[in-house]
Amino acid sequence: MIDTQDKIAIIRMFHVYRNYGPKNALIDITLDIFKSEFLFINGPSGAGKTTLLRLLYLAEPVSDGQILVDGINLSRISHKNIPHMRRKFGIVFQDYKLIPTKTVYENVALVLEAAGQKRRLILKKVKSVLRTVGMEQRLNALPPSLSGGEQQRVAIARAVIGDPKIILADEPTGSLDADAADLIVDLLKKFHTRGATVVIATHDRTLIQKTGGRVVHLNSGRLQVAPDI
Amino acid sequence: MINMTLYFKRAIQDIRQNRFLNAVTIITIALAILIVSAFALFFINTNDLMNAWKEGIRIMAYLKQGTPQAEIPELKKKIQNMYGVSAIRFIPKEEGLKGLKNQLKRQSSLLDNLKENPLPDTFEIRMIASSQSWERVEILAREIEKLSRVEAVEYGQRWLERFTNIFNLFRLAGYALGALFFMATIFFVANTIRLVLYSRREEVEIMRLVGAADGFIKMPFYIEGLIQGALGGIIGLAALFVIFMLISVNVQQDFSADLFHIRFLPPSIFLAVILSSMFVGWLGCYLSLKQYLKT
Repeated sequence: MIDTQDKIAIIRMFHVYRNYGPKNALIDITLDIFKSEFLFINGPSGAGKTTLLRLLYLAEPVSDGQILVDGINLSRISHKNIPHMRRKFGIVFQDYKLIPTKTVYENVALVLEAAGQKRRLILKKVKSVLRTVGMEQRLNALPPSLSGGEQQRVAIARAVIGDPKIILADEPTGSLDADAADLIVDLLKKFHTRGATVVIATHDRTLIQKTGGRVVHLNSGRLQVAPDI
Repeated sequence: MINMTLYFKRAIQDIRQNRFLNAVTIITIALAILIVSAFALFFINTNDLMNAWKEGIRIMAYLKQGTPQAEIPELKKKIQNMYGVSAIRFIPKEEGLKGLKNQLKRQSSLLDNLKENPLPDTFEIRMIASSQSWERVEILAREIEKLSRVEAVEYGQRWLERFTNIFNLFRLAGYALGALFFMATIFFVANTIRLVLYSRREEVEIMRLVGAADGFIKMPFYIEGLIQGALGGIIGLAALFVIFMLISVNVQQDFSADLFHIRFLPPSIFLAVILSSMFVGWLGCYLSLKQYLKT
């Protein structure tokens, strides 16, 4: 494990539980995630990786415990301020979650429109970020006409366009072939070097081996010290 | 900050993407507006007609035989001063007979043999329009009847009173029906928006995940509701206008054209109908968004 002593935690989880009825999805999770860190949350399917990420971006509430994100206690946040909180995150999903009826441009621009940015600035930024992910030629394409790897690149463009402090990726390469997956990881690394904290939930150990970075292991809802990979 | 053009663009895009649902909603609103405003049109014109008839209401006071002519001006003044009287005209019995002869025309020779004019001197009394309630007419008639020189008082058109009562009943039913249509339309719009939301729950979910505030998500739906309401209102009124044109040509010919003119809804009501139609569209959205975004 790397020494985390003198780093600033951007996400702090204290004894976090998440129950669905009698079933415990997460049990007593205490975890610090540091600024500009590249962190893997590893574990088999059903271990609670997705749930953990969902708690962070306020898609569901904790059953017990506290989570601080950038110094803000998530359980104290009002409904009104949830959108502002979510803008600290860029989220990448395994199933991309692009709006199929909107073009690549519109999908990416949505983040800045929701944040109330000016049209001219949005146009400039969207074009720039799509260039970075290599999708500038497909501005007007609809997501269903793109390959999985292309869709995920657009999703990454959408995740990073608002300059989020934290990028959360839930099995970002889960539906992709090896080459497309490499490209996605390269992109995530690129945005990591630009200063973002990147948290990737994955069951794919080879991906972790290839990429490097801190790994925490989740098994049946409990956090474990990562076994050596 | 708030980019209305963007919201409008999104609303129009939404309508185009959900053409069928939107068309159904607009047509429903249009039908409701058509029915309600048809009622309004009927009431407005019936009201006009009744006012025209009411203006023709007069009280005839027949004087006793042998009332001295000298007392006539004083009597006239007395009646003139009563509440609700707008005009009074003295009709001497000679004039009355002449009028009768004119009315009888060919049979007027029947009257030639009269030795004495059998008709009484008469006052024709017209009422102020505002005081033409039936109670007023009756009170006035009774008051006049009490005058010693007055033999009898006649105020016909009692049927008009009964008609007014029936009309008022109709109007009440019209209000109730209008309210029902109003509610039904709101529920229908709410339901349509819910269907639209349901068909796009993933999109709404994605918007929320990328940090879109509720207002940002809701605004296009509200605009959509307002557009639906406005279009429904305009289409409903346009349909009513076409029907009105077709019917009024026939009705106007049948009716005594000089008595009153059938008219379409005045601009103020026209505007009120469109505005309330838009309100219905908005309220429908509001109700279903409130429910949907809570979850």
